[in-house]
Amino acid sequence: MTTKIYIPRDSSALSVGAEKVAVAIATEAKNRGLDVEIIRNGSRGLYWLETMVEVLTANGRVAYGPVKVKDVPSLFDADFINAKPHALCLGLTEEIDWLKKQQRLTFARVGVTDPVSLDDYLAHDGYNGLKNALKLSGAEIVKTVTDSGLRGRGGAAFPTGIKWNTVLGCESDQKYIVCNADEGDSGTYSDRMIMEGDPFVLIEGMTIAGVAVGATHGYIYLRSEYPHALVTLNEAIEAANKAGYLGENVLGSGKAFHLEVRRAAGAYVCGEETSLLESLEGKRGLVRFKPPLPAIEGLFGKPTVVNNVISLASVPIILDKGAQFYADYGMGRSRGTLPIQLAGNLKYNGLVELAFGATLRELLYDFGGGSATGKPIRAVQVGGPLGAFLPESQFDTPLDYEEFTKIWAVLGHGGIVAFDDTVDMSKMARYAFEFCAVESCGKCTPCRIGSTRGVEVIDKIRSGKDHAKNIQLVRDLSDTMLNGSLCALGGMTPYPVLSALNHFPQDFGLPAETQAG
Amino acid sequence: MYIIVALYNCNNSRFGDISLPDSNTPQDINTVINRLVAEHQHRPGALLPLLHAIQDNIGYVPETAYPQISKALALSVAEVHGVVTFYHHFRTHKPGRNVMHICRAESCQAMGSEALEAHAKKCMNIDYHQTTEDNAITLEAVYCLGNCALSPSVMMNDEIYGRVSPSDLDALIAEAKA
Ligand SMILES: Cc1cc2nc3c(=O)[nH]c(=O)nc-3n(C[C@H](O)[C@H](O)[C@H](O)COP(=O)(O)O)c2cc1C
Ligand code: SF4
Ligand code: FES
Repeated sequence: MTTKIYIPRDSSALSVGAEKVAVAIATEAKNRGLDVEIIRNGSRGLYWLETMVEVLTANGRVAYGPVKVKDVPSLFDADFINAKPHALCLGLTEEIDWLKKQQRLTFARVGVTDPVSLDDYLAHDGYNGLKNALKLSGAEIVKTVTDSGLRGRGGAAFPTGIKWNTVLGCESDQKYIVCNADEGDSGTYSDRMIMEGDPFVLIEGMTIAGVAVGATHGYIYLRSEYPHALVTLNEAIEAANKAGYLGENVLGSGKAFHLEVRRAAGAYVCGEETSLLESLEGKRGLVRFKPPLPAIEGLFGKPTVVNNVISLASVPIILDKGAQFYADYGMGRSRGTLPIQLAGNLKYNGLVELAFGATLRELLYDFGGGSATGKPIRAVQVGGPLGAFLPESQFDTPLDYEEFTKIWAVLGHGGIVAFDDTVDMSKMARYAFEFCAVESCGKCTPCRIGSTRGVEVIDKIRSGKDHAKNIQLVRDLSDTMLNGSLCALGGMTPYPVLSALNHFPQDFGLPAETQAG
Repeated sequence: MYIIVALYNCNNSRFGDISLPDSNTPQDINTVINRLVAEHQHRPGALLPLLHAIQDNIGYVPETAYPQISKALALSVAEVHGVVTFYHHFRTHKPGRNVMHICRAESCQAMGSEALEAHAKKCMNIDYHQTTEDNAITLEAVYCLGNCALSPSVMMNDEIYGRVSPSDLDALIAEAKA
């Protein structure tokens, strides 16, 4: 009998040797004359255990990890393909506490299925959402998405259904669905995991969006740093086209939906939706003035839905299980689940999908296991490079859009980066300005010039030059950027800068007691 | 049946499969660019896909190609130049045989990327955007590779490496120079 062995093709798993492990296992099995089938799945998201190898047994999948090439002979000696004990054995995958405590809706299949097998997708509830959607009118689909409470997971948290409704209401010979897969925020990788681990769920979500608003063409704008995601997406799109899930006549509905991946070219600002559209049109990624909204005049001047990968990938389960099912998760106005990405200096980094409402502390300690270095966690940055730094006194804040706004912070795309007590927060503030200077599109002065000035002023503060005057200058400069920038790159760089200054004044040569909550 | 994902580097040509030999002549380059222009010029928003195709195939976007591109896409040479230089990914000069990107973003900083950066620059005796004397490695900065769960991260050509220690980096450099 053939034994099924799962070894991830996820690029983070590959970054610690998953390809070599796969080759070693394949070779060893062949040499020993064993009949195995290796399936290259996505990652379960328990990254400290990568390369995690799973073996399918009658009782379910049994995991081993972290597996290195050197462990492979001993795994075979221990008869791991019959799920026998070994020092690296983690037991049944589904019983691993870290995974069991999660609420995986959007990520239900990631790490479970073969990402490019349409059959596997169908066998795990795939395309149930689209099938339901095809029985509804566009307005009914949009209403379902609105009622689910889904808000954009790309950063701005705008209600997805309301955006779709605007596009639905536009008369036009052509409309577009654009997936924002630029995932530029440091500390985030959930889009990548979906595209590498379950690309069909994104394809299905985009198809539903197309059917809902009457768009026949979709683009996935994929960051160029994700070569593996490009391969999986293209394989999955090809399979969907062949089987009639994409193309001129989606599942015989008479509705067309064509999908294409376009590669970005390494500009962070092109994650901003209007800059992204300029880029898709083949231009420099200069941010557009709004209005007009992209929903009304978007790609090539046509009504366009621009949504993040996770927003779109959450749509199939909403159409499958209903708006209420999704809305039952979460707190306040933050409905559903958030795929949280643990990063930086933590012991157990990975993907944690939970209903909104868990506290930062639970994530950092219950899931993250505290710092990797064993030192106290001093600061965390939530929401990417434009997100605020939070001190320990704020770790009890629940993950909820409004609760974060109250403490002048953002959830953004759900990335959490932890720093231990060796971090120098004035250096982090300097880096925030530097990043803004590198990535500014140059359209407005506060961002273009202010960011470079910011680096200089922080350098002066760090060297103690005209200290009081330069601290005030950072505050004034931040104020100008906050109020005078066209987009959030310039407009939110003050979040990391001022939060560092306010919560960690001692790193800027100020007395600790001036700390503002 | 074994399904092994193989995406190993092909002469810096990200995703490309038809890289030219090192000794390509201007005529070779011209022929390739003409072919790529013909292939892509009618796509909506053709410029970025075309520039990617050119860089995939010959390792960079030669400025000598601007007139061809601008003619085919009905743009000015200045517009083409503006686009090429706007994006960090595109380069107008041939890089070394390998391109190493070190992640400078926050998660990697939290796990010691600054020391890694310093180590790389010292070992190779170059700064960012420079190429080693033997033309083996061009060093570039990158701001997040989506590998933040396993920081610090380095990309060598198309392969990403996680939890990279200075000695791992030495091994990567040695391999690239061999
Ligand atoms: C500088 C900047 C970078 C951004 N980068 C991204 C990104 O990488 N991915 C993303 O989905 N949204 C990004 N956004 C947010 C988008 O502008 C937009 O709000 C989002 O794509 C809308 O999709 P959603 O409603 O599904 O979140 C960025 C915004 C700014 C200002
Ligand atoms: S804030 Fe910066 S990135 Fe945004 S539009 Fe202005 S110059 Fe461009
Ligand atoms: S911050 Fe370095 S890989 Fe994300």
